[in-house]
Amino acid sequence: MSNMKKLTSKRLFLPIFCMILVMVVNIFYDVANGNFALNFFTISIRNGVLYGRLIDVLNRGSEVAILAIGMTLVVSSSAGTDISVGSVMSLSACMCCMLLAGYGVSSTNDLAVPLVVGILGGILIACVCGCFNGFLVAYLGVQPMVATLILYSAARAIGLLLCNNLIVYVRNDAYKFFGGYLGFIPTPIVIAAICIAVMAILLKKTALGLYVQSVGINKKASRIAGLNSSRIILICYIICGLCAGIAGIVSSSRIYSADSNNIGLNYEMDAILAVALGGNSLGGGKFSLAGSIIGAYTIQAITTTMYAMGVSTSVAPVFKAIIVIIIVSIQATPFREYLRKRSAQKAAVKGVQ
Amino acid sequence: MENNVVLTMRGISMTFPGVKALDNVDFTLRKGEIHALMGENGAGKSTLIKCLTGINAFEAGEIHVDGIDGAVVNHSTLDAQNKGISTVYQEVNLCPNLSVAENLFIGREPLTRFGAIDWKTMVKKSQKIVDDLDMKVDVTQNLEEYSLAMQQMIAIARAVDMDCKVLILDEPTSSLDDNEVEKLFVLMRRLRDQGVGIIFVTHFLEQVYAVCDRITVLRNGQLVGEYPIADLPRVKLVAAMMGKDFDDLAAIKTDDAKDFSDAPVEIDAKGLSHAGTIKPFDLVIHKGEVVGLTGLLGSGRSELARVIYGADKAQTGTLKVDGKEVKINAPIDAMQLGMGLLPDDRKAEGIIEDLSIRENIILALQAKRGMFKLLSASEQNRIADEYIKVLQIKTPSRETLIKQLSGGNQQKVILGRWLATDPDFLILDEPTRGIDVGTKTEIQKLVLQLAGEGKSIIFISSEIEEMLRTCSKMEVLRDGAKVGEITENLTQENVMKAIAGGGSDE
Amino acid sequence: MKRTKMNSNTLLLFITIALFIVMYAAGCIIYGSKGFSHFQTFLNILITNSGLLCVACGMTCVMLTGGIDISVGALIAMDCMFLAVGIDRWGWNPILLCVLVLVIGLVFGFVQGFLVGYLEIQPFIVSMAGMFFARGMTAVICTDQVSISSGWFKDIAGIKLYMPFNIGAYTNSKGVLQVPYIRVHVVIALIVLIVIFLMLRYTKFGRSLYAVGGNETSAKMMGLDVKKTKLKAYMLSSFVCSIGGICYCMNTLTGSVQQATGLEMDAISSAVIGGTLLTGGVGNVIGSFFGVLINGTISTLVKTNGKLLSSWSNIAVAALLCFFIVLQSIFALLKERRK
Repeated sequence: MSNMKKLTSKRLFLPIFCMILVMVVNIFYDVANGNFALNFFTISIRNGVLYGRLIDVLNRGSEVAILAIGMTLVVSSSAGTDISVGSVMSLSACMCCMLLAGYGVSSTNDLAVPLVVGILGGILIACVCGCFNGFLVAYLGVQPMVATLILYSAARAIGLLLCNNLIVYVRNDAYKFFGGYLGFIPTPIVIAAICIAVMAILLKKTALGLYVQSVGINKKASRIAGLNSSRIILICYIICGLCAGIAGIVSSSRIYSADSNNIGLNYEMDAILAVALGGNSLGGGKFSLAGSIIGAYTIQAITTTMYAMGVSTSVAPVFKAIIVIIIVSIQATPFREYLRKRSAQKAAVKGVQ
Repeated sequence: MENNVVLTMRGISMTFPGVKALDNVDFTLRKGEIHALMGENGAGKSTLIKCLTGINAFEAGEIHVDGIDGAVVNHSTLDAQNKGISTVYQEVNLCPNLSVAENLFIGREPLTRFGAIDWKTMVKKSQKIVDDLDMKVDVTQNLEEYSLAMQQMIAIARAVDMDCKVLILDEPTSSLDDNEVEKLFVLMRRLRDQGVGIIFVTHFLEQVYAVCDRITVLRNGQLVGEYPIADLPRVKLVAAMMGKDFDDLAAIKTDDAKDFSDAPVEIDAKGLSHAGTIKPFDLVIHKGEVVGLTGLLGSGRSELARVIYGADKAQTGTLKVDGKEVKINAPIDAMQLGMGLLPDDRKAEGIIEDLSIRENIILALQAKRGMFKLLSASEQNRIADEYIKVLQIKTPSRETLIKQLSGGNQQKVILGRWLATDPDFLILDEPTRGIDVGTKTEIQKLVLQLAGEGKSIIFISSEIEEMLRTCSKMEVLRDGAKVGEITENLTQENVMKAIAGGGSDE
Repeated sequence: MKRTKMNSNTLLLFITIALFIVMYAAGCIIYGSKGFSHFQTFLNILITNSGLLCVACGMTCVMLTGGIDISVGALIAMDCMFLAVGIDRWGWNPILLCVLVLVIGLVFGFVQGFLVGYLEIQPFIVSMAGMFFARGMTAVICTDQVSISSGWFKDIAGIKLYMPFNIGAYTNSKGVLQVPYIRVHVVIALIVLIVIFLMLRYTKFGRSLYAVGGNETSAKMMGLDVKKTKLKAYMLSSFVCSIGGICYCMNTLTGSVQQATGLEMDAISSAVIGGTLLTGGVGNVIGSFFGVLINGTISTLVKTNGKLLSSWSNIAVAALLCFFIVLQSIFALLKERRK
């Protein structure tokens, strides 16, 4: 009993437990359908590239994993969520494609400007968005969700303007690379891995993690201890914007186009869910990057599993919504207090007996 | 029960984890009196009030209210209100966005025949309530349009209109100016004459003598005594609150204070102030000197220190550190100049509760170094271990979360945080509050040791005794202003007289 | 003795009304030749935005408590789909369907309100989950675009209620007298507006919404049941939203998964532009009404122009929202400093 308690109180218990649960569901599903039981884990090489459901999860989960990095910092430092990430992804993709194709061009095979310019342009505008959000939150004291609501609706529209209301196609192999393959590994996996590694190094080699958690836990005390709380919150939002920018370009490169209305659609939900699933409190404070990353891939695993089971794309949100509610309800203080009281009562009854 | 008694509390006891917050306390309130409840921080005033109003549950004792048979136990403030016990806090508990009339009547609005709110009657009735109390208020205006003092008076009017027999005023005057305080007093006297029993919690001595009939003093959760106002002159009241018999005061005396006037000047403040908290003051601190800031709670002793440190930005005046004029906009600026502040509210401004001891200790040093110069893991461990050892912090490991430590050990961790930055000038605001005697002595020794190493220190404490032991100079504050400086004859008697201020010659 | 001082809240409302008048007048001057100045244009704004008006009223109530409900757009899509499929494919009685829609709204609101009020989960997270749930359920009902092609639901929706005494009538180029008209759902929406206005002003529940948003602790101290008030607020929002869903469906006569996307955004911006504070406690449905009108005017202006992309109206609304949010926080900062 006490061992069990120790296990469940570990930070990474929730995400790992969910991950295992998804895998078990997959095994059962495959067995029930008469497939090979470990179908989910089988990796093979077809047409010279890696193939398998696990690879699919890693590949498709890249964007959410990248977003989860930024979202984790935002949640930790400001006790709020950035709901504009999906729209900002779309804006960054539009900016990038517009630069690469030239304004008003709907389809191109040749790049109008060097690839680097387009990519940097997309990422830069995403950072500007992050900066805008961060300024409202850190310096004007607007609630994070409300502040990010502005870009949640505007960023997509701005993207459409940049693309002159077209879906801009960049049918160029150099651009397709980011959503394609690096050797036999899907590039998005590599990009996500690099982003995670960079963030991990940043957390390991600088005091960013300490600062962010400190500000998130106690803003006043952090100020007395010499931290510039507002600036730290601003930095978190900029990083979140940066992540959204990278994710947007990956997402757009997969379909070698900027489809403003569909890129990054509902990704904010997945990113927030990843953070919550990673065992991080949405009330801010301590965070675990590893948890968020595992959470992100777990969500993708859930999505992939659902698709594999024949649930349609538009119905999938129903299940995700239910999962979100269950997770946040478990984390809710009144619920925990209720459980604590009940177990205390049980203990008391036992004591009497 | 005496005839005119409205409230009796007998033998009230309650414990917070590890602390006896109230120990067998009695309290009696009579009809038509204003009764001051006095005591220093942690004396148990607010705990007693909370037991009465149902916020805290007490473990032993009984409460009787006039007109209610049997012992009364309240489970919520609402419960208490229904039994005629109303409280008005310093933070007004009304809705600023509603009109005055609504604030007076919310939850019990007059209705028309159709069940809709009858605004006309409500406005008429409320205007009568405020007019009867001589308050110049237009009840249709939003509450936030009025000053804090007026808001408090409206809160009182609401309480009175709900037939309260016991009115508790919890630090109502902390943020009012003299004029507003006077208006509040007029209202209080008027209610007293109507027969309401008023409990007045405050830390302003002047106000106690201006308006109260009787004083009950608490100290360390115990009842010191109940006195009619005439029997307890100011100095005796201070002595009772601080726990020294006035006659014994002469007994403690420090060694002859060292003379620091030749030592180099570390801090030289001229005319620093922060609106609403501290009036312009001058202060000189030499190297190696321990300066005590004394005064009752709310006198501005913490605020003065905060202005120097930049925790509250100074709005006027100049500050010289080491002879150079400096501009401090935020705490980090002060830290770069070698300052440190151990705040008095450990929970709100000191500890970062979900971080480990190690992280809490290195935080300030890391902030000073900047984000990109992370202390290596081994360095962090070394620093943490060093201060755990030097300050004898009792903990299973340096990775234990700070919130799991006792108050005293938490305080040592914060102290360690500042020592790790190797400051030249350290402000210690109530470093020994809520700490056991042994640790207190350790901290006092440490202060002297640091001063011996040439660091300058501001030491703030409610306990004069410990300041006498450590300080070579005392600055006296009253009502947000520095009113004196004691450099010679540092005795408890002198200090108390200075704190009590005018009228202490009785 | 009457309100002599103009406080910041009435100032916000004043700015909003002035903004609407200026915007509309500018539209009349610039696009007068395209018929913008006809009274019917104004009525068309009401007709197309009747659903939004209902939703904005409900949203205002939730925002008064300091909360937010972003599930409304998805809920409308679900309502429309349910109505469309119910009438067109299953052949159910429209009245029964409407009642069911309202009941679904109440249940939906109850769950959200319970999670927000009693489990103290952030309203945004709750309603975001609600949004995904409702949007997903829409797809569960049907993934096609379904239009209501016959039946008396359509007939009622098609009724034109002409202005009495030919108010605002004009003769068109063919010499036919055009009398301005509104539709049934506009009347429903206006009734909702009036009922909620009266409720906010004259019922205990209405006032407790303000009290909870003004200061939760105080409200509790003064004996109000904060949790229950929040629960009721979300139930009200979803209920009114369902009425809005019926209005919306009467206007479009279709159900589709992608319907009413971003409507929550329009409702929130209408409320904010109308002077409702995001921190709660201040606001009024009259303001929100003008917010809806501004929203409608912007999109009508963009449409009348013909050359501008429709995203311009999104951007304009977001920019206005941003402007008002910044204005609000500046007022709040000033107020704090004054203390």
